Amino acid sequence: MIAKKAAEQLVPHSIINLGIGIPTLVANYLDQENYYLHTENGLLGVTSVEEEDIDPLIVNAGKLPVGEAIGASYFHSADSFAMIRGGHVDVAILGALQIDSQGRVANWAIPGKDIIGVGGAMDLIAGAKKIIITTNHTAKDGSPKFVESCTYPITSTRRADTIITDLAVFEWRDDGYELTELMGDATLAEVKDNTTASYRVSDMLSEKENAK
Amino acid sequence: MSVTTITKAEEVIQNVKTGDTLMVGGFGLIGSPLTLIDELTRHEAAELTVISNNVGETGKGLGILLQQGKFKKAIGSYFTSNREVAQWYNAGKLELELLPQGTFSEAIRAGGAGIGGFFTKTAVGTELANGKETKDIDGETYLFEKALKADVALVRAWKADTNGNLVYYKTARNFNPIMATAAKYVIAEVDEIVEPGELSPEEIVTPHLYVDAVITSRLILTKDGVKERE
Repeated sequence: MIAKKAAEQLVPHSIINLGIGIPTLVANYLDQENYYLHTENGLLGVTSVEEEDIDPLIVNAGKLPVGEAIGASYFHSADSFAMIRGGHVDVAILGALQIDSQGRVANWAIPGKDIIGVGGAMDLIAGAKKIIITTNHTAKDGSPKFVESCTYPITSTRRADTIITDLAVFEWRDDGYELTELMGDATLAEVKDNTTASYRVSDMLSEKENAK
Repeated sequence: MSVTTITKAEEVIQNVKTGDTLMVGGFGLIGSPLTLIDELTRHEAAELTVISNNVGETGKGLGILLQQGKFKKAIGSYFTSNREVAQWYNAGKLELELLPQGTFSEAIRAGGAGIGGFFTKTAVGTELANGKETKDIDGETYLFEKALKADVALVRAWKADTNGNLVYYKTARNFNPIMATAAKYVIAEVDEIVEPGELSPEEIVTPHLYVDAVITSRLILTKDGVKERE
């Protein structure tokens, strides 16, 4: 549901980089002929692959087997990240451990656990033109992930443009996030109860609520 | 001068000395020089600083050398793929330097291109920026990162010609072409060695001036894991 919603946000012919987890699923909802998927380990033109066609030397950033599109290209890691930092990737879709009211994302380290991996997360948030965060609204223990201020180490000071969870969609406006859409049967009250970040509700959603 | 030696893994590995800094290509095991790494497990060189995106996987690729205690320090971006790295680090037996993957790869590119360092927006304001110099350029904050260089690079390519020109295969390319530029001695492990002229000049990714020695790979990554070439 989250991945499908993220796919709906994408403009045809965009260059898109998908992170590990829910973001990877976005590919299932894209007409692959009309989008160009970039993976930071050096391929523009990622497609899904059938079991019998798997080549162990064609993988995505999550080291999962993928296929190559017609018109695909391969390049080395420094070129791949030059594309990312240089603003040539239109959209990066990433997961998150926390996002805060200022739009800062934490998705690479958990305090108290060994900090031994960052991968391309910091480069992607610093460099892609648009950042979409896809995540469950709460952590496994039920605690909110959309918080007032990140308590986990942040990935970048650059803010996320859109947050899509299993409960709601939030878009960054001039000075904060606006709840623009409820997912499935979610209610405004349910979002409020599971969020500690500050946000405002769009006029359209408020009017709908008042009309009930 | 550019003379590339076509040689054997057990001979060429003697160029790696105790205390050396070593660049090793590969994204996990994909595009990793598995034959040269295997040869290192039988070589005496230790106290190595390894510059590689990952330290292989647990007990595989560079993970075997970690288990043998051959590494003093590892510089990379994603050590999570080998859980044993944290154990060695916590036991005080391994130093780690963690860099964002784009910074890591650009530092290697810079190292090979005669650039001392560079300013990047990546990691500004994060824990990985601690202790690093910042500079405001056109109203934005950038972080200074030093270039990376090595004594020896072990790279994995697809084909070489006998001059040492290299071409790569699919996403097994990854860090290999940049590492081939950034070390004093560069050893390429390939599937096939061909005569000069058999590779089109336009398709060559690593021109031979970077490459010192070429070996044919004995261990390859297949769908069923690492296998001896048939």
